[in-house]
Amino acid sequence: MSGSVVDMAAAQRGRGFAREPKPGGDMAEVHAELTGVKRVYPGADGGSVHALGPVDLKLARGEFYSVVGPSGCGKSTLLDVLAGLSAPTEGSILFEGREVAGRVPPGIGVVFQEDASFPWLTVQDNIAFGLRRAGTDAAEVDRRVSYAIGFMGLKDFRKAYPAQLSGGMRQRVCIARTLVMQPRLILLDEPFGALDAQTRLLMGDELLKLWRETGATVMLITHALDEAAMLSDRIGVMSARPGRLIADIRTEWPRERDSRIAAEESFGAITSRLWGLLRDETVKAAGMSGSSR
Amino acid sequence: MKRATWIRTLVVIGFVLLLEGLCRWGVIGRMTMIPPSEMADQLWKLLQSGRYNGHILETLGNVAVAFVSAVVGGFVIGSILHSLPRARRAIDPFLATYYAIPFFAFYPLLVVIFGLNAAPIILIGFLFGVVAMIINTMNGLDRIPRVLIKTARVNGLGPLRTAWLIKLPSAAPQLFTGIKLAIAYSFIGVIAAEFIMSTSGLGYSIAYAFNNFDNRTMYALMLFIITLVTIVNAFFHVWERRIMARRGQ
Repeated sequence: MSGSVVDMAAAQRGRGFAREPKPGGDMAEVHAELTGVKRVYPGADGGSVHALGPVDLKLARGEFYSVVGPSGCGKSTLLDVLAGLSAPTEGSILFEGREVAGRVPPGIGVVFQEDASFPWLTVQDNIAFGLRRAGTDAAEVDRRVSYAIGFMGLKDFRKAYPAQLSGGMRQRVCIARTLVMQPRLILLDEPFGALDAQTRLLMGDELLKLWRETGATVMLITHALDEAAMLSDRIGVMSARPGRLIADIRTEWPRERDSRIAAEESFGAITSRLWGLLRDETVKAAGMSGSSR
Repeated sequence: MKRATWIRTLVVIGFVLLLEGLCRWGVIGRMTMIPPSEMADQLWKLLQSGRYNGHILETLGNVAVAFVSAVVGGFVIGSILHSLPRARRAIDPFLATYYAIPFFAFYPLLVVIFGLNAAPIILIGFLFGVVAMIINTMNGLDRIPRVLIKTARVNGLGPLRTAWLIKLPSAAPQLFTGIKLAIAYSFIGVIAAEFIMSTSGLGYSIAYAFNNFDNRTMYALMLFIITLVTIVNAFFHVWERRIMARRGQ
């Protein structure tokens, strides 16, 4: 693939992924809010597993927020409860002022780490899936899908099946399927986890462009500190299980940014600070006896 | 055509020619077997005469009812068992040993219950096919990636639409295996049951010809069954390959 996988010329044509601005919307407005959220699972031995919380979190409309934490700390659980894919054991979740009660509210889009493309559908049918189910009229489906296919660099693969695509391209299909629904809150659960380092950097750039284009609020779950440092306005650091937010770091990056920001001096300072906060938690999560220094 | 297909075709043609030669040269006596060319010739005459049309239609009807019931029943039972893990754990050993049961031993019992008509024959065809469908339905549902179910929920699909739009196509390869087995088992069950205790149908006609030393009719009808089953299987095979090719398998 040459250069950028995103066709920015396509992005500048038409309305693309952009939505009508919400009246009165501004950056400081709270878009989603978790208060005292806890998640406890029934354990295999009849006991219980305290996976998450209590967590208090406010996401401002239009911000790019990332969550980092050790393996198994409850990052994906946090995403699931915020999305409405599982109900919290305690606490409340509000999205645009309304309670998220065990079902995914309209306006939330989720991209998963695993390949979630439908192997029996072509690229264009995969991307159109949600729109068709929502009863969007055919012309609008076609417009949005064509735009997404161009935007995600999938023009030559419109009629291809996922099995004919690379892992990175399949993930782009899933991202496109989410974006055509024009979600106002995009939740990404380690979407680039299965990709190689170079593709992840490129996909990170594409994600930033999409975020700017859509104006959506983004919450990214990742275990990659550099990814979080490069992409985010704000980074939440989670403790070992039961996952709690133990730090909140603002990057102060400009909105117009890409992977070249990794060369900045402050990028190193942010990743170093993240690792400083995470090291002990990672040791704890891995059951190792590491020193704190 | 692929090399393997060529080799397969040559093996079949070679086998038929060998059989033809062995029958013509008297190595295999005419009371044992007639040459394949005579089987085909006799089959053509039988089909033209229409003498066996009633038997053929009856057997095909029985197989169709047994097959459709096995596929639908197997899918429904498999889906229910899949959603009830405890019931499934309890029943699993029975399913695993199911094909060790000699169903035909129960034929007299089925005749007593249902009478001497098509019902016991269809039931045996159904019993042969249904468990293959149950097992493959459960395997298919087991293999649906959880992330696809989550995607369905993100798209606001309810349980019925999730089943129709996500679970069914996702489990299609395993369901297809179940369907292929169900059609083969339904044929076996129905024709074997007709063979043993029936007064009509292809199985009965073959048995009748055998008992009356009518080798020409017997082999012609056997050739008909082999040809029919091969065509049906080839149809499903092509269909399955198309589905799997889309999925890169």
